[in-house]
Amino acid sequence: MLKIIKRDDLSKRQILKVRITAIVLAIVFSGLFIAILGYNPFKVFYNMFLGAIGTKIRIEQTLTIAIPLVITSLGILVAFKMKFWNIGGEGQILMGGFAASYAALNFDFLPKPILLLTMGIFAIVGGGVWAFIPAFFKIRFGTNETIFTLMMNYIAIKWITYLQFGPWRDPNAMGFPKIPMFTSNAILPKLLGVHIGWIVALIMTALIYVFMNHTKKGYEIAVVGESIDTAKYAGMNIKVVVVFAMIVSGGLCGLAGMIQASGVERTLAVSLSGGYGFTAIITTWLSGLSAPLVLLTSFAFAIMIQGGNFIQTALQIPQSAADMIQGMILFFVLGSEFFIQYKVQINKRSQVAGDRNE
Amino acid sequence: MQADIAVEMRNISKNFGSIKANENMNFNVRYGEVHALLGENGAGKSTLMNMLSGIYSPDSGSIFVHGKEVRFMSPKEPIQMGIGMIHQHFKLIDIYTALENIILGEKGSFFINKQEISKEIKGISDQFGLGIQQNKKVYDMSVGEKQTLEIIKVLFRGAKILILDEPTAVLTPQEIKKLFEIVNNMKAAGCAVIIITHKLNEVMEISDRVTVLRKGQSIMTYETSQTTMKELTEKMVGKSIDLSIKRAETKGNVEILKVDHLTVVNKEKINALKDVSFNLKSGEILGVAGIAGSGQKELCETIAGLCTAQKGKIIFQGDNILGKSPRAIIRLGIRMGFIPEDRLGMGLVASMDIVHNIILKDYQGQKGIFLKRKHIIKKAENIVKRLDINTPGIYHPVRKLSGGNIQKVLLGREIDSNPKVLITAYPVRGLDIGASFKIYDLLNEQKRNGVGVLFIGEDLDILIDLCDRIMVLCDGSVTGIVNTKEASKEDIGLLMAGEYKVQ
Repeated sequence: MLKIIKRDDLSKRQILKVRITAIVLAIVFSGLFIAILGYNPFKVFYNMFLGAIGTKIRIEQTLTIAIPLVITSLGILVAFKMKFWNIGGEGQILMGGFAASYAALNFDFLPKPILLLTMGIFAIVGGGVWAFIPAFFKIRFGTNETIFTLMMNYIAIKWITYLQFGPWRDPNAMGFPKIPMFTSNAILPKLLGVHIGWIVALIMTALIYVFMNHTKKGYEIAVVGESIDTAKYAGMNIKVVVVFAMIVSGGLCGLAGMIQASGVERTLAVSLSGGYGFTAIITTWLSGLSAPLVLLTSFAFAIMIQGGNFIQTALQIPQSAADMIQGMILFFVLGSEFFIQYKVQINKRSQVAGDRNE
Repeated sequence: MQADIAVEMRNISKNFGSIKANENMNFNVRYGEVHALLGENGAGKSTLMNMLSGIYSPDSGSIFVHGKEVRFMSPKEPIQMGIGMIHQHFKLIDIYTALENIILGEKGSFFINKQEISKEIKGISDQFGLGIQQNKKVYDMSVGEKQTLEIIKVLFRGAKILILDEPTAVLTPQEIKKLFEIVNNMKAAGCAVIIITHKLNEVMEISDRVTVLRKGQSIMTYETSQTTMKELTEKMVGKSIDLSIKRAETKGNVEILKVDHLTVVNKEKINALKDVSFNLKSGEILGVAGIAGSGQKELCETIAGLCTAQKGKIIFQGDNILGKSPRAIIRLGIRMGFIPEDRLGMGLVASMDIVHNIILKDYQGQKGIFLKRKHIIKKAENIVKRLDINTPGIYHPVRKLSGGNIQKVLLGREIDSNPKVLITAYPVRGLDIGASFKIYDLLNEQKRNGVGVLFIGEDLDILIDLCDRIMVLCDGSVTGIVNTKEASKEDIGLLMAGEYKVQ
């Protein structure tokens, strides 16, 4: 019989050991999987790595992926710290992108810095409003935020699709259903080969670090996440804290949407969110809800995504195989959380001595 | 091995992580004997008995029942061998009658002959003096009745070895008397009875032998008649300690808190407080006695602004604070300390360190958006020093401290704000004796400083020794407010049961 026993709190070093074991196991198992597909796993991994950081252009591409991941993760972090399970990053990114695009398409007469700033503010409001809705229903009617935020994603996707096929359809696209490209003053400039979203990401990381660790609101968010009863006892206004945190969370996701629309897509499209809203849940969780570590986990995931893209073209490995590798890593790393809290022992099953004679 | 030994446990060890809950424990109980297991919280009493009832299995050591070695893999096997445990928290189904609860999950046959079973239960009840109405629903029962039902359930299943886990914790003195009669009847019928307790006077009153446990070890087994309370205390605590409360006497007390016709309906839509009126003076400790769940929690939380009331007033030095949120109360500059029942879940933030727990009551008053920690760090260091809190440092998560130290952090913070009124709900629950008396001393010190202390307690002896007056709650109503210099334990017991009222 297997027995599951709760562990004591492990030291940081031991936790690190468990996590590293998990990553090694993930690599071994994905290697096995790649071998079964008929590829040389060493070659595949080497190519993934090379594809992500092998040349200057590839590093730039990897960074371009890391930028929205970092910003979205920071947003998710604020909500998760409060134990508000915001699964709606995708929708908030799209609505932020939508609001930014509204500004880009309608105020294109503004000078570039002012237009970009306006787009940023619109995006934060757009994402913030989208996150406010589930927060409002949560505090008012006690709805489940996980389901609610998830469903809001699909509404956002369909809304963008509607715009694309309907009112915002580009008349000059020769019947092709797409939204017009932004004018050049609505596009983020580049610095060191990457659009300046990376500066925004770094600034946001610093801001969120300070916000969570050194402000009264950040403290309140942490206390509410730990225990609603304690928060009430200390005289906190739970409703205000929840709404505030969710607007910050959604606002950041929205900002990621603006950066994607302006820096990468140069228009509004459903593909804007690119799954970052979901991937950010993982990067946030793996960071242990620490803003500086979000940089690290996001970059690691960007390498994986970019490397995965690269091996598709370089080695003709299907997209789903690359996804499998990612899934494998997640499975092991998240699975290892269990072993941080519990250990499994094998127990010999023995007979009840007195039972037989009855 | 003697033939009359019912259960023998030898060298039992059980670990939970690095915590040694039981270490080489030895224990035996004979038929026709009441054996008390005495120890403080965390001494390993319940763990040991849970192994005997098949809930846990020991890491090492052996258990003998009727002289045969056994190894239980589930709670079913001990029941088959005649071992029955009555848990501290009853395991009954509210919407079923007594009879239905007894039949539930019983003796294999598909058809149930209710009449027959009913007769059998009647026989058991008469034999042991267990008065019970078989058709009464559990939700209509008092705590005492529920406990009786649990006992019948266990006896009906043929138990010859009974384990009672802290059976008196929830009972009034009168109900305790009745329970002890039942226990004596069981003993006379040849049953082996094990009583888990931490109350010395009960050990002396009911048991034939007593085994003292401390920190997971069985220290010593005594014939009860050959030992004294003093000796047992020393063995239980590990050192000799002074078990007297140094009562502070104060003069010139004025009313600071007045509760007037307070009626509260709680979250479960139950009328938790019914027309409660009392006052609290400066420099006094007002005790609140009552069976658990008589409205104590709602009373504390309503005064602290966490619970809304239907009717009434709470006057704090002339101002009605009823209906004001905790935030508003803090903003008004009202200095009220509150030690809630659920320390880690309400009074403190479990995963945060001492500094961030001290700041909880302070940060609201800080200006600006940033959290200022400097003066709090100093404050935390002072509190640790003054209350002698045993911690590796002020940046240690409170969750990892021992129960007594957790309580000191909470109390330290509340005292630090120089409160006028201090509300304490079961402040010594789960604490060892030494820590408990430290808390009593701190409360007396507050009283001497002119603070009005509301003390929700469980142990009547302590309430009488510590408090100036005791208010008794029964089912949400005040059945009496007595002066501790005049009232007896029996009087308070009757008030707790709602059986009479003081004018």
